Amino acid sequence: MMSWLPENVSTYGGEVDFLFYLIYYITGATFLLVTVTMLTFLIVYRRREGRRATYSHGNTTLEIIWTIVPAIILVVLSFMSQASWARIKGHAPPGDVEVQVTSKQFNWEMTYPGPDGKFGTGDDVTLENQLHVPVGKVVRVHLRSKDVIHSFFLPNLRLKQDTVPGREIPAWFQATRAGKYEIPCAELCGFGHSGMKGWLYVHPADEYEKWVKERWPSS
Amino acid sequence: MYDGAMGPEFYNAVFTMHATIMIFFVVMPILVGCFGNFLIPLMIGARDMAFPVLNMLSFWVGAVSGVVMLAGFFVPGGHAAGGWTSYAPLTAVTQYTGVNWGQNLWIISLIILGISSLMGSINYITTIINMRAPGMTFFRLPLVIWSLFIVAILLLLALPVLTSALAMLLFDRTLGTSFFLPAGGGEPLLWQHLFWFFGHPEVYILILPGMGIASDVLAVFARKPIFGYRAMAYSMIAIAFLSWIVWGHHMFQSGMNPALGTGFMISTMVIAVPSAIKTFNWLGTLWGGSIRFTTPMLHALAFVSMFVIGGLSGIFMASTPVDIFIHDTYFIVAHIHYVVFGGSVFAIFAAISYWFPKLFGRMMNEPLGKIHFWLTFLAFNGTFFPMHILGVGGHMRRIYNPLQYEFLQPLQPINVFITVSALVLGAAQLVLVVNFFWSLFAGRKAERNPWQANTLEWTAPSPPPHGNWGDTLPVVYGGPYEYSPPGVSEDYLPQTQSRVPHLAAAH
Repeated sequence: MMSWLPENVSTYGGEVDFLFYLIYYITGATFLLVTVTMLTFLIVYRRREGRRATYSHGNTTLEIIWTIVPAIILVVLSFMSQASWARIKGHAPPGDVEVQVTSKQFNWEMTYPGPDGKFGTGDDVTLENQLHVPVGKVVRVHLRSKDVIHSFFLPNLRLKQDTVPGREIPAWFQATRAGKYEIPCAELCGFGHSGMKGWLYVHPADEYEKWVKERWPSS
Repeated sequence: MYDGAMGPEFYNAVFTMHATIMIFFVVMPILVGCFGNFLIPLMIGARDMAFPVLNMLSFWVGAVSGVVMLAGFFVPGGHAAGGWTSYAPLTAVTQYTGVNWGQNLWIISLIILGISSLMGSINYITTIINMRAPGMTFFRLPLVIWSLFIVAILLLLALPVLTSALAMLLFDRTLGTSFFLPAGGGEPLLWQHLFWFFGHPEVYILILPGMGIASDVLAVFARKPIFGYRAMAYSMIAIAFLSWIVWGHHMFQSGMNPALGTGFMISTMVIAVPSAIKTFNWLGTLWGGSIRFTTPMLHALAFVSMFVIGGLSGIFMASTPVDIFIHDTYFIVAHIHYVVFGGSVFAIFAAISYWFPKLFGRMMNEPLGKIHFWLTFLAFNGTFFPMHILGVGGHMRRIYNPLQYEFLQPLQPINVFITVSALVLGAAQLVLVVNFFWSLFAGRKAERNPWQANTLEWTAPSPPPHGNWGDTLPVVYGGPYEYSPPGVSEDYLPQTQSRVPHLAAAH
């Protein structure tokens, strides 16, 4: 099952995958424990002539054990998850690159602030469905929506964040490997939801420089 | 664009109506409406529900709601296509989906259904509190009645929230209000808060009766008292309370403050504890039993094992960082189907085959029942287990054509396998239909208590006449799960029999 996860190219993706594997092993072990116990009971305690079922109403010690043990495991999981959650969604590090991503039926509009680093000025450039970023840099994404709720999904970067009309929602990622990755919309947004996708281009440093020079030749 | 027989607009309407109909017009009416009305009076020792006229009104209002919902298929623009969760603003403005009256009828139908549910739940609560037979204390109630009691309270408190939200959505669509529309100062996330404040208790409304049914069936066919009866009742009460403070786990990636996400993660992790308690007590019930593998028992065992998978997969999305990746993927679809099909629907199958003799006075055919069980069990797992793998691969849900995405292409053989399994799963249900109608007319005549069970419904004739019992109502002397008690020659002791002989003789 683990091999089905898409390749991770994000700095924090390893934390997400670690928690995924951890829960996978814990739940997998629990599932095996319960299933093997159940099948054993079904075989051993199947109806046989001359044997009467045990008359028992329960056992308080067992009740306490199987209440407290899962509770401890689950609370520990919560605290382990909390650290990563705060890092990914809570406090974003300062961005090396800033991009505005605006969703609309059925496209992603990526707006780059240009050399002045400010949005809403004359050197802004908007590209449809193309997100160009440098590898190894913190990218801050300002998510907006023009019509309905969409969801900005970067499977390889372990990032998903809904875009909500009327709000600007911050998100961030830092890619560890250059390449071209898909950006599907993950929230039902109408008849064109399927197929609403863009591309994330993670460039090596020199290639990114070249792309910036081509885009803003005057600077 | 993929050139299939079904266009993307229709596909969106199909999955929207699949969930809407299955949740509101199949699982709820069968588990809560049908079995609730049948079992509550019979199992607490009452002649009827507290308010028979209200009950009839609830039924007919519910029927009107169903007609309005079906009418949506025939209006121009097609039926609602915004998902069963109906997220605004997609559903608040006609242009966003192109669906006008389909969406309006969807909303109106569910508002009407809310009224029906309100009348039903008041009736259930009143009946269980006031109409129990002499000696039937709360802690002598069968767990299925406990579950229906708790469900009625959840329905009473949760459905009106949905009804209000639906009214607001309808006003946004037709009267120009802006509850959920940012252009007019509204807030799209308000819809999600209201919807899931209803929606999460709703999930427990769907699964709790199944837990009750499984408990009763397991005890009867293991010939053992339920293990930890009070822990079973208290854990259902705990689920009912906690179900009000977990709704935010549907909204981790919605743009809601991430700090709130942490709070909802902890409450969500905690609600897994009562479910774990129930699972271990079901295992405890099997321990030391004398297990009979009848059709109802097979379905109840499937309920337990499938609910375990559905419960464990829930822990993945409870963890906020893991949810970032699997939210809105097929992992969620797998989870909900392991709970609502693996849980609720297997419980429905268990309930139909277990109470069929009481409902209709005839036994269902066992070989057909077992064929139906095995086909369903295998095809169910073939359909829904691979969805976990799709979800882990990042496969989004509600996608008309996954081949439009490069990273989903390698997963396509799994999609094909799922489709074939789903067709087998659907076809397998024909066996149940055949068995149901064949048994209805030609099944072996059932005696009063064919399963040798303890609860009160088995002391009434099969099928029970109007008023359920003759001149005298049953009197209760003991708990519902006294199986294989010492000092009794049979391996069961009906609730109407006292272990002290002279007490029983006095009545």
